[in-house]
Amino acid sequence: MKAEDGCRLRSTRRGLLKGAAAWGALGVAGPLAKPALAQAAPLRVGLMLPYTGTYAKLGQFCDQGFRLFVEMNGGKLGGREISFVQVDDESKPETATDNMNRLVSRDKVDVVVGTVHSGVAMAMVKVARDTKTLLLIPNAGANDATGPLCAPNIFRTSFSNWQVNFPMGKVIADAGHKKVVTITWRYTAGQEMMAAFKEGFAQAGGTVVEELALPFPEVEFQALLTRIASIKPDAVHAFFAGGGAVKFVRDYAAAGLKGQIPLYGPGFLTDGTLKAQGEAAEGIRTTLHYADDLDNPANKTFLAAFAKKTSQVGDIYAVQGYDAAALLAVGLGAVGGDFSQRDGLVKAMGAARLDSPRGPVTFNKAHNPIQNIYLRDVRNGINAYVAVAQANVDDPARGCRIAT
Amino acid sequence: MGGPPQRETPRPLLPGHGSMDLQTFAVQLLNGVQYGLVLFLVASGLTLIFGILGVINLAHGAFYMLGAYLAYWLTAATGSFWLALAGGVAIAFCLGLALEQLLVRRLYGRDHLTQVLMSYGLILVIDEARQILFGKDVHSVAAPALLAGGIRLTDLQTYPVYRLAVCIFCLLVAVGVFLLIHRTRIGMIVRAGAENREMTRALGIPFDTVNRTVFAAGIALAALAGLVVAPISTVFPGMGDGMLILSFVVVVLGGIGSVAGAAIGALLVGLTDTFGKVFFPSLSSMLIYVVMALVLIWRPTGILGRREA
Repeated sequence: MKAEDGCRLRSTRRGLLKGAAAWGALGVAGPLAKPALAQAAPLRVGLMLPYTGTYAKLGQFCDQGFRLFVEMNGGKLGGREISFVQVDDESKPETATDNMNRLVSRDKVDVVVGTVHSGVAMAMVKVARDTKTLLLIPNAGANDATGPLCAPNIFRTSFSNWQVNFPMGKVIADAGHKKVVTITWRYTAGQEMMAAFKEGFAQAGGTVVEELALPFPEVEFQALLTRIASIKPDAVHAFFAGGGAVKFVRDYAAAGLKGQIPLYGPGFLTDGTLKAQGEAAEGIRTTLHYADDLDNPANKTFLAAFAKKTSQVGDIYAVQGYDAAALLAVGLGAVGGDFSQRDGLVKAMGAARLDSPRGPVTFNKAHNPIQNIYLRDVRNGINAYVAVAQANVDDPARGCRIAT
Repeated sequence: MGGPPQRETPRPLLPGHGSMDLQTFAVQLLNGVQYGLVLFLVASGLTLIFGILGVINLAHGAFYMLGAYLAYWLTAATGSFWLALAGGVAIAFCLGLALEQLLVRRLYGRDHLTQVLMSYGLILVIDEARQILFGKDVHSVAAPALLAGGIRLTDLQTYPVYRLAVCIFCLLVAVGVFLLIHRTRIGMIVRAGAENREMTRALGIPFDTVNRTVFAAGIALAALAGLVVAPISTVFPGMGDGMLILSFVVVVLGGIGSVAGAAIGALLVGLTDTFGKVFFPSLSSMLIYVVMALVLIWRPTGILGRREA
């Protein structure tokens, strides 16, 4: 009975595959039939982002930011038309390699843009290194991507986990706090952020007294909040994102800790989540490479255009997607839209100076952005600019062996 | 070496990594029990449908998520959390009736693979519907004014009144479901149906109606859990995924179909998780499953599960 069911299932799946293959063949045959037009064919950009799950909204904003820049340039980047292939990575590292391979081998994309989750991004980095595919990372901050695993064909338009958290050490120490507890999810991003904070905090003379962690993406914080209350640190440095960040900030306030033990964190704790966090988030200080009210012309143009396209307020995730498109435009512009001139394209991208909504951005030898890290304060429901926590922060790119 | 003994820190009650005083221990106990009670509320609907109808409903977590989104949407629309609670349960119950009539009815007695496929399909449909109706945003729901605020537990920590109210509510639901099944005529019919479907039907009992009601009640319970939990859990896509797995753990631990067993299983999971996070932080993600494995070695059909002949 069961075996029979299995067979039936398999035969249908095979049918589906055949159908898919036929579709694929049709799609590929089009451009191949007219080689003379190959040059003018749109550049195929694969967007591999989380469109469902905990990071769904972040993925959507990256996607819309990227598309916004393309639309603002008449559907072109550096004079070359752009077409999109979209894959939902669901923030699942276990299917990441397959998804990325499918984009590169089956969908034959020229450039891959992705993703939010660090674990997924690392799998994508490995495939990109093997296949020499041009990869633009619009969020995931895993240090290794522009560290030991750096490569000429891999760029990041966001940040490294180290970069965003290291400056917070000095900020918290300057506020007079000596003993700090850190809390995060036990996965790459969380651990790297806390390690960088610890490094910065130790250099500024502070001590991390306990490092709390729970499995990703679990959101039952009550036990650890009680633990914090019993340790009584001077301050707490926390990293969560998306739904987890909303719940943590609200639970922190509901547990009565808000106002008694100041809460700090990398900006992801309060970015894109403030409406849901409400009153509970007021007064939280965070460091990030962006602030909602950054006063520069590029930011104003971006926010107005994003609001017009999506009727939503743009945030850092949208900026990073937008800048990924801007960076690709610089590269394509330098080679007249001819993607086959890869060396020239990569060289131009590495030397790019972006007038980003977040301020000036250049790239280090590992292709990680060099940028200002801002201190922000949650005030009246926005992440308001307080000061530059550290200017032109350059990730040390530990273990990267690109020679330039 | 010979200096005066330092007595400033309170004497630890329990040894190990997260040594704590009695007060902290009591708060952690409360945390564990409260988490367990919420888990029970979610799992009770699953164990009903699983135990009485023999249907594996993988979409249980999705209905939990749907309940939370209904709480957000109806609270915003009506301005009252209580109206949202009533409305949400009513909507979920009707949805349950319709689904039973349309889909689930055809699957009674079929093998579990078919049921798993159908309910997995439901997850996708519900998730897409959620996407269309409510979008991908994270939302929060304010606790009703009556239950806002907190009670001071220690010099630093307060406990939200709403969480305590949820505890009491979960206990009431537990007692209510238990009494309904074991002490009423309706419950007797339900139990008879679970025991021997054909015989019940032969005795002239309108078993189809009972089935439909049980399924709808199970769905309503899942949504109710989502509605009640919304103010403390926040509302976000994928919130049901983790809950679904934990619900299955609770149901299997307690013994399939046993409401009292589910209550015991839920408390066990809640306490294991809470104290696991404090004492064995690096193992906390697998500790629940270790406990489950040990219990199943001891009693293969769950704590209150029926012994196999």
